[in-house]
Amino acid sequence: MNPPKAISVEVRLPSRLGFEKVAMSTASAVAKLMGFREDRVEDLKTAVAEACINAIEHGNRLNEKLSVGVVLSAGEDELEVKVIDDGKGMKSQPTKPDIDRKMHGEEDPRGMGMFLIQALVDEAEWVAGTNGKSSYVRLVIRLDKEAE
Amino acid sequence: MQSETKSRVDQHTSPAGHNVTVLRFEGDIASTSKDAVLGAYQALPKATNKLVLLDFTKVDYINSSGIALVIQMLIEASNSGQKVYAFGLSPHFVKVFTMVGITKYAQLFPSEADAMAAL
Repeated sequence: MNPPKAISVEVRLPSRLGFEKVAMSTASAVAKLMGFREDRVEDLKTAVAEACINAIEHGNRLNEKLSVGVVLSAGEDELEVKVIDDGKGMKSQPTKPDIDRKMHGEEDPRGMGMFLIQALVDEAEWVAGTNGKSSYVRLVIRLDKEAE
Repeated sequence: MQSETKSRVDQHTSPAGHNVTVLRFEGDIASTSKDAVLGAYQALPKATNKLVLLDFTKVDYINSSGIALVIQMLIEASNSGQKVYAFGLSPHFVKVFTMVGITKYAQLFPSEADAMAAL
């Protein structure tokens, strides 16, 4: 028997805050069709939203002439999501927020998006585009066959 | 595209006899929610609103910018000698608030009744 073929769904978003919710809804629908548990769907929704917000704000710098690509690839037991923008890619790696430092004004209250992405999915990698464009973040969540 | 954030203030007295200011939010909590979240909090007189209870029951979507607004509120509350509590978060956002450390500075309760009973 041939291995099951991955199913792909693509969405293009304008670089305007709020449209990350379109990607969230799409990712949620695909994950539910694949049989993910509700708590994992919620994790994915937040991770996808934060990835899209980063792409809109930092990658495309809110330039509405540019769009954010979201490609969902549903495999047999995992869902991969790529969020693609026209930026140069993230230079920093996710760091765990330090609430004490934030409370004492030693750390920006913002800047938790990358941490949330990494903490909520099974894999997250940030890839810089080769010519300073088409950078993306790749997220993967896996079906836990014991628990799903 | 983001749904407008609404906020409303209610004053209650807890069973223990303390004045509790309930700040109720509705809609998304995101970067556009500054006035509804921080503005509503900052409009409360600090001297007479020592216990502030945040109601997230009607909030469906909170992103990292919205969480940052909550942290900014906690910073101001801490500097003013106020204590902040919250209820009505979904299990997912209880997890997210715990992951980013908010629960160290704002105790979370499952419901308004649970919160009022403890205050």
